[in-house]
Amino acid sequence: METLAVHHTHDSHADTRVPDPHQDTFSKTILGFWMYLMTDCILFATLFATYAVLHNSTFGGPSSRDIFSLSIASIETMILLFSSVTCGLGVLSAVHSKKNQIILWFALTFVLGASFVAIELHEFSHLVLEGNSWNRSAFLSSFFTLVGTHGLHVTVGLFWMIVMIVQVLLSGITVATFRRLVVFSMFWHFLDLVWIFIFTIVYLMGVI
Amino acid sequence: MFGRLTLEAFKHEPSQNFAVVMMVLTGIGIMGAITYSKKWKWLWDEWFTSVDPKKIGLMYIIVALLMFFKGFSDALMMRLQQALSVGDAHGFIAPGHFQEIFSAHGTTMIFFVGMGVVFGLMNLVIPLQIGARDVAYPFLNALGFWLFAAASVLSLFSLAIGKFSATGWLAYPPLSGIEYSPDEGVDYWIWIVQIAGIGSTLSGINFIVTILKMRCPGMTFMKMPIFVWSGLCAMVLVIFAFPILTATLVLLSLDRYLGMHFFTAGFGGNPMMYINLIWAWGHPEVYILILPAFGIFSEVVPTFSEKRLFGYASMVWALIVITFLSFVVWLHHFFTMGASSGVNAFFGIMTMLIAIPTGVKLFNWLFTKFRGRVHFTSPMLWFFAFVLNFSIGGMTGILLSAPPVDYQAHNSLFLIAHFHGMVIGGMLFGFFCGFTYWFPKFTGFFLSERLNIYAFWCWFTGFLLAFMPLYMLGFMGATRRLDHYEASTGWQPLFIIVGIGALIILCGVGVQIYGLFMSIKDRKKNLDVTGNPWNGRTLEWSTPSPPPIYNFAITPIVDDLDPLWAIKEGHAPPQNKNYEDIHLPKNTPMGLYIGILSLIFGFAMTWYMTWLALASFVAIVICLIIRLSGEDEHEMITAKQVKEMEAAHLSKQGAR
Repeated sequence: METLAVHHTHDSHADTRVPDPHQDTFSKTILGFWMYLMTDCILFATLFATYAVLHNSTFGGPSSRDIFSLSIASIETMILLFSSVTCGLGVLSAVHSKKNQIILWFALTFVLGASFVAIELHEFSHLVLEGNSWNRSAFLSSFFTLVGTHGLHVTVGLFWMIVMIVQVLLSGITVATFRRLVVFSMFWHFLDLVWIFIFTIVYLMGVI
Repeated sequence: MFGRLTLEAFKHEPSQNFAVVMMVLTGIGIMGAITYSKKWKWLWDEWFTSVDPKKIGLMYIIVALLMFFKGFSDALMMRLQQALSVGDAHGFIAPGHFQEIFSAHGTTMIFFVGMGVVFGLMNLVIPLQIGARDVAYPFLNALGFWLFAAASVLSLFSLAIGKFSATGWLAYPPLSGIEYSPDEGVDYWIWIVQIAGIGSTLSGINFIVTILKMRCPGMTFMKMPIFVWSGLCAMVLVIFAFPILTATLVLLSLDRYLGMHFFTAGFGGNPMMYINLIWAWGHPEVYILILPAFGIFSEVVPTFSEKRLFGYASMVWALIVITFLSFVVWLHHFFTMGASSGVNAFFGIMTMLIAIPTGVKLFNWLFTKFRGRVHFTSPMLWFFAFVLNFSIGGMTGILLSAPPVDYQAHNSLFLIAHFHGMVIGGMLFGFFCGFTYWFPKFTGFFLSERLNIYAFWCWFTGFLLAFMPLYMLGFMGATRRLDHYEASTGWQPLFIIVGIGALIILCGVGVQIYGLFMSIKDRKKNLDVTGNPWNGRTLEWSTPSPPPIYNFAITPIVDDLDPLWAIKEGHAPPQNKNYEDIHLPKNTPMGLYIGILSLIFGFAMTWYMTWLALASFVAIVICLIIRLSGEDEHEMITAKQVKEMEAAHLSKQGAR
């Protein structure tokens, strides 16, 4: 905000308000991370487009109706949505500088995220054991890649959370750790958003 | 232990062996020279670990020029082969090797030369033009460079160890699938492009945030220099287009490594989807290369016409329109794939529309010169050549954008002549123009103008001889990527002219190298002491040449499009007079480490060395965690030190 004001006002006092670019790290990081999220969004868009093109290319193998279970996907959705709530509460406790609460909420977020990944891996291994692996058909290739890429992102998020919890334990809530927690929560909410699309396009539309 | 890497991989045919030996000897020679002059520590402290965009920019350009020699040698070999290999004669390159050469030529020129000079000039010029001391993310910027450098080294590895891809610069499946290309070539290509592409995405994010967040007070959007605008548009294209490339390469890798079926011929795979995806990245990519060249001309033409840029606002809007349109034309690269006529017509019309904003730009430059005082310096010569070549290339592009014509000319040498007119006549001439223009700013001395002009005429005549006959050959039915043809076609005379043109370009390159060498040798005689040798208009010319590490001792305040001319004409806003403490980011070797580890990772993936790939990947993650968990480290230059450095500079200037 401060820099914006400087850009638009122009008076003889401007010299006292020349911003030091490095005091602006927070807003720069947030903007840059939005940019990154947009690139990730396009990566997912590409995978969604691929799935849309290939989801009927079953080549005699199972179609989406044969293999998807809405109940499992719904449970995954609930877990992930709930983990977004706990993540948000974690950031709120960071705003209020309550260290123990941060650890608690992010630990809970971690458990939820980990169970999401566990359920997804269970679903994948089930498919592979039934002979419906990713090399069975183009449809299955695109399914495993789209959903797996999301799962991989969640896994990265889990590692990131461990790092963040350690950082908060070691150095408390500093300017840097606060910024990183906010950025992490953006990442986590973004994954939630992508999952909503996966749930709708892959699972809901897949079984109708 | 070594995956599928065996001694077999080191055996090549004679011409390639020669290139490898030369490359290794050059490498040893350079390292020897550095060791002999005890420069390793200096290199490490001042360059390898630097996060200063001015140094990163120069390193980008050095890597790009080195890679240019590789790409240009490929081009020369192809042209000589085509001049010789007629009828019973078969030239000196075997067909398989010829395929590797044209694949390597395209990959090198686009990813390392084109992207290298774009990011190089942006690193050098943009922070200075917006009155900033730094970029938004200095570490990310260094990381982007080192990924780019790692990818270019990996492409040199592919020359010495094993084979490179033989599937063209875009590796169309199913040919590039595991079934038809089981060896390491395509994997090399995938990891070279993947690593370079991720580096580009990171740099793109960095520059967008830099331009949006770090402009000096008073520089509103419509007061940014056009080069900054063109950079912003190009970087918007980068962050929209490169993720598509990343995803597409991942899909191709999954096909090859895990047996998936995205682009295979069987199991429901769809090779046509690859063509769509790769061009959804590929078309914006060519605008990523050309837009900064437009920006360069928009800086150079007003300066050497002593006139303000004609039609600034229309220039900006033309850039924005081109940025948008470049995402809705990708299908014109494969009209012949057989989409319905409605689809082809839509993309044809969209393609033709691009001529409008491009024409606006061309006329703006011409009107800038109108009634200006035009100086025929070498940057302006590159501009004149650009106008001619780009108009010819543009108009043949309009021809190709009509689907029925494209059905005739598709994959012919007519197409090759068209896009080389755009890439050489546009992007590369633009780079030479900008390189000559900004060279004294960043080195502190001038290039030899006389040699620049000789080099220009070699390049210009060489280009016309090397590419105009290709239009004719295209109409006579010659297709691209030919390593042999029959004498009855009657193509040989034209191919010989083309080969002579390539040799004349070689002379131009030779003169350029000699000129660079001589100007470094005689630099004491050619110093730029004023900091503003061309009477430039934009902020970079307000600093000394070369600029101090902090760029601006005092952050400038602007309220004009041409701030330096505003000062001269006496209507500049009041400036801050007091020095302040300046914070600059600390150097870090982490970017270099991650670059080296990515190189190892790419190499290990290519040769199926699973353990090494895993180890290097884990090491990359650890490096990232260490770097991103650390505190933001800065060095401070106190106001007093700044004052002393400025005083030292002024006295030096006065002494001359």
